Amino acid sequence: MPLVLDEQYSSWARREHALRFGMWTFLASEILLFGGLFTLYAGYRTMYPAAFEEAIRHNTVAYGTVNTYILLTSSFTVALTVWAVRHRRARWAPWLLLATALQGMAFLVLKGFEYREHIKEGALPGPFYHWAELPTFGANRFYTLYWVATGLHALHVTAGIGVLLWMMVRAARRAYTAERHVMLEMGTLYWHLVDVVWIFLWPLLYLS
Amino acid sequence: MTGTMASHAGQMLADPAVTADGGWFNEALRRILFLPAQGTTLAADIDHLHYFVILTTMAGATLITILGGLLVFKYRRPSVDGGIQRERPAPKPPLWLEVMVISFLLGLFCLWWMIGFRQYVRIRVPPTDTMDVYVTAKQWMWKFAYPDGHHTIAKLYVPAGRPVKLIMTSRDVIHSFYVREFRVKQDVLPGRYTTLWFTAHTPGTYRILCAEYCGAGHSTMRGEVVVLSPADHTRWLSSGGEGAEPQPGRGWLPGRSGDRKTQAALQAPGLAGPSYVPPATVDEFNPREPLDPVLTGQLVAAEQGCLRCHTLDGTPHIGPTWAGLYRSVVPLAGGGTVVADEAYLTESMMDPLARLHAGYPPVMPTYFGILEPGQTAAIVELIKSLRDAHPPPAPAEPAIPIIPEGPGATGARRPSPAPSRGAETP
Amino acid sequence: MSATSQQPLPVLAPEPDYLRAESGVWSWLGTKDHKRIALMFYVSVLLSLGLGGLFALALRTELLTPERTVMDAITYNRMFTLHGVVMVWLFLIPSIPTVFGNFVLPIMLGARDLAFPRLNLASFYLYVLGAVVTLGSLVAGGVDTGWTFYPPYANSTPLAVEPVVIGIFILGMSSIFTAINFIVTVHTLRAEGMTWMRMPLFVWAIYGTSIIMLLATPVLGLALLLVGLDHGLHLGLFDPGVGGDPVLFQHLFWFYSHPAVYIMILPAMGVISEVVPTFAQRRPSSYTLIAISTLGIAFVGFLTWGHHMFVAGMSEFDAGVFGILSMFVAIFSAIKVFTWTASLYRGSIHFNTPLLYFFGFLFLFTFGGMTGVAVATQSLDVHWHDTYFVVAHFHFIMVGGSLTAFLAAAHYWFPKMFGRMYSERMGLLSATAVFIGFNLTFLPQFLLGNAGMPRRYYSYPPEYQWLNVLSTGGAWLLGASLLVSLGHLVISLKWGEKAGPNPWHSRSFEWLTSSPPIQHNFPETPRLDYSPYDYTLSEEEAAARAAARGQEGPVPIGALETATLPSRTSPTDARLPRE
Repeated sequence: MPLVLDEQYSSWARREHALRFGMWTFLASEILLFGGLFTLYAGYRTMYPAAFEEAIRHNTVAYGTVNTYILLTSSFTVALTVWAVRHRRARWAPWLLLATALQGMAFLVLKGFEYREHIKEGALPGPFYHWAELPTFGANRFYTLYWVATGLHALHVTAGIGVLLWMMVRAARRAYTAERHVMLEMGTLYWHLVDVVWIFLWPLLYLS
Repeated sequence: MTGTMASHAGQMLADPAVTADGGWFNEALRRILFLPAQGTTLAADIDHLHYFVILTTMAGATLITILGGLLVFKYRRPSVDGGIQRERPAPKPPLWLEVMVISFLLGLFCLWWMIGFRQYVRIRVPPTDTMDVYVTAKQWMWKFAYPDGHHTIAKLYVPAGRPVKLIMTSRDVIHSFYVREFRVKQDVLPGRYTTLWFTAHTPGTYRILCAEYCGAGHSTMRGEVVVLSPADHTRWLSSGGEGAEPQPGRGWLPGRSGDRKTQAALQAPGLAGPSYVPPATVDEFNPREPLDPVLTGQLVAAEQGCLRCHTLDGTPHIGPTWAGLYRSVVPLAGGGTVVADEAYLTESMMDPLARLHAGYPPVMPTYFGILEPGQTAAIVELIKSLRDAHPPPAPAEPAIPIIPEGPGATGARRPSPAPSRGAETP
Repeated sequence: MSATSQQPLPVLAPEPDYLRAESGVWSWLGTKDHKRIALMFYVSVLLSLGLGGLFALALRTELLTPERTVMDAITYNRMFTLHGVVMVWLFLIPSIPTVFGNFVLPIMLGARDLAFPRLNLASFYLYVLGAVVTLGSLVAGGVDTGWTFYPPYANSTPLAVEPVVIGIFILGMSSIFTAINFIVTVHTLRAEGMTWMRMPLFVWAIYGTSIIMLLATPVLGLALLLVGLDHGLHLGLFDPGVGGDPVLFQHLFWFYSHPAVYIMILPAMGVISEVVPTFAQRRPSSYTLIAISTLGIAFVGFLTWGHHMFVAGMSEFDAGVFGILSMFVAIFSAIKVFTWTASLYRGSIHFNTPLLYFFGFLFLFTFGGMTGVAVATQSLDVHWHDTYFVVAHFHFIMVGGSLTAFLAAAHYWFPKMFGRMYSERMGLLSATAVFIGFNLTFLPQFLLGNAGMPRRYYSYPPEYQWLNVLSTGGAWLLGASLLVSLGHLVISLKWGEKAGPNPWHSRSFEWLTSSPPIQHNFPETPRLDYSPYDYTLSEEEAAARAAARGQEGPVPIGALETATLPSRTSPTDARLPRE
């Protein structure tokens, strides 16, 4: 596929610089989106410290931790993709991307199991909350935030999987070469963001 | 005694500083700037800062525009294409000038901030010897509950010369209590209490406005503060809310103070604002049934089952005793301490586990939606009345076993004891 | 007024201007040319301004009498909500950046387009979609929460909150895309020779604005989405009935909406920073101070949101901190005001419409800004908060500052955008009328606020009436003069005199190219290694310097379209500025 340099760039290097830089600015914006949620979490945790601790203790640490491992590994495989393409092993790229996407799906499946447990218990957001074990306002706040935050994160994971699959198709067509693969880098950056957000959600929702 | 005499007495009572400050200069500026009359001592002080800030603002904006105009006139050229003088050097202002201008401005702004912040703290922090009135706001009315048990709707009766603290909450959305003449305003929030205080020095009626948008009736959510001279106020108290004759308010808009319509509007019986619709729940207004809030508190506490766990005499029981609880330092189950003030007491009724008293099991149910704001206030008043009853006994060292005392003790609202996972006691 | 006869650049190729380069509906709707996208934004934001203005006139008409005049309370509440929403998110925030920023920023940098033209077009369509969804709430029954959406009222109102918050979320995405585009363009597409300190001040202003948009908008988007969830699903994130905290929403909301004020005013300041040096024919008295204060506003503006909540129940300590920080942010604005005024000293000043708008701006912005300092003074704010004083204050900044600068820009860049001159007489007349109408509308509102009339009041105590009548009269005058102002520009589109490339004899870089600019902005990429305010250079010298190529050599447009060289190791790249 012949790649034509857009007329606003005087060179390929500028195009790469612009695209990479644009992705980073976009990620900054995304982080602020989650930043708002973290602020809410901090606010409500200050208001209901005991209930939050109690609710966290009720969350299954195993789910959160396994999911953390999955995402961290997927970050590794996606980083490996870029390494492979840079080192002229582009034929590995589609498989590595596929592996990453599968891990993303595994994350969602595990999350789904966890959601099912919450639904069974009644640890649902807002007015749907009917968990008899922790009938407090504070626990209700915790689970509302839990659902909103993990839901928003899951949306990002889903979008990320879409990006990964799209890149997989492109990689299978050998669209990424050792010289031109800035689009691949952008996609992997996005996946790293998904991972990093989870790294913050994990301790806040499962550990303490 | 006639109303005039009463008003005279009220003015005598006013802070002498007010009359000293209220010179013709203050009065003239107040009128030029369309400010309402100064109903409190604080209002006069705030207005002085107001004059300083606004006059500087007007002078600053005007001077900079005139300066710009003069420069344009001096260095004008005849047409867009002609007479461009490029030989003129374009001087950069000297550094010392830049530094001086910026430091001057910074100094000015910081001065305003310093004065404004000190005044703000004065506005916010009430003195200790206040007369407390509980205020409940709802769409679209104000309700006042007095220490002696009166309730009034839309009209707040207070004595002149005495600090009054309003402890306010809302039943639905956010409102804001605003009295222009007192220069005070405070948002009234649902689910929490905010306070506001003032000392009115001149008897009369002052309009209460809602300043936070709260729906269709926002602009008609009005009321009045009726400031009575101490003598009138005593009479009002003893008559159970009858016979209070508010002093006519003063018209204060420049050029309109003599306006008959304005005067009439201010003196109109009932409430200011011709479109004021009496609140739908007017039957709540029952001033002939004065109930001591402490007594009400005892009734409510018994009715709601509070006394099954809390005692009034210092005896240890399932919950902390209320004797000596108010303003005491409470150790918390999650670590740390809190002063048991109105806010903490209210919170403990609405969300008991949010900040649990250390040494007690987390068994109290929430009373949110069960207690009405007036009832909550009554219980708080009851606890306050027990402040000096007994020193609070130290929390029992082991958790008191949660064993229902008998079938009779487990009322309908009694919660089943939660698993004791969160109940580890220090 | 005659167009200048100078030709700064020898026109090598007879490339047509951007208006005539292509034709057909699709050449507009599917364009990636930043100039055409700017014009589409121009039409859209003017429509929004008209709509918001109509709402404003209806509101002012209602306030002629203390009681019902033309509409009932619910309609009034819906109308002031939509007035706020339309004016803030559909007009003020996109106005100067998407119209004039889009049009002149790439030209000022010597670039052929923005870094991501497709994203730019996407941004436009998101704007349109957001506008349609937002206004769709009208069909669904309107919304009466006020543009601030404070819960729990916003949760409890029966009206259509969801379309509006979703619409604003989409508009936010449009803002973020625009911001990314501008930031990346400024970092990567500056022409050869242009260092950061040689960028035109308008570019600095748009750059600062973009940073605020990028970082503040997502927080607003999130907060409003949560309000939507609260309203639709009753999650109660901000509902005290289930333990939520409505004040937390106010924090999140103002974390965006206070910086949003700077999103609206920084581009206006950028326009003024271009207009003043051009008509005074001298460099600004301190380029560095203006550039630094732009970034200072963008940064400190994030730390002052709490001054909207002094009476919302925040602690005295917090209030003190937010108070002093608000004082600092005012200093940066004051620096700009002094710098512009000092820039007139010993200039060679031509007085015309944009400069008259500058004078309007100077007074209105200084007065509005100083009253901002006044309302940030805590004890005074307790009296003024949520009264007409605050309404007057922010209209002085938003209308007196931003809208005035928008009009200044509309006149200043009119010859560049359309290749025609406007009628100077009509311009001066309408500018004067706008100024008078504006003051008549909003000065009485300061007095109403002092007298304690709360905002968002449908019926008010009768003693406020005569000031309200004055204000309403002013609003009609303002509306009429805005119509005249825009009308005479439209007339000039067709009948105006032809304009040369540089009718104002400016040294700023957008005037190097023809009017209207050719499709690719410059026949060949210029070399911009001098200050855009260097009036010691004559126009000819400046043009010659821009045309003189560096070692890179001229890059004709045609050559680039086939450039598929592996240039990662190309020697020319080593010299490119990389930030």
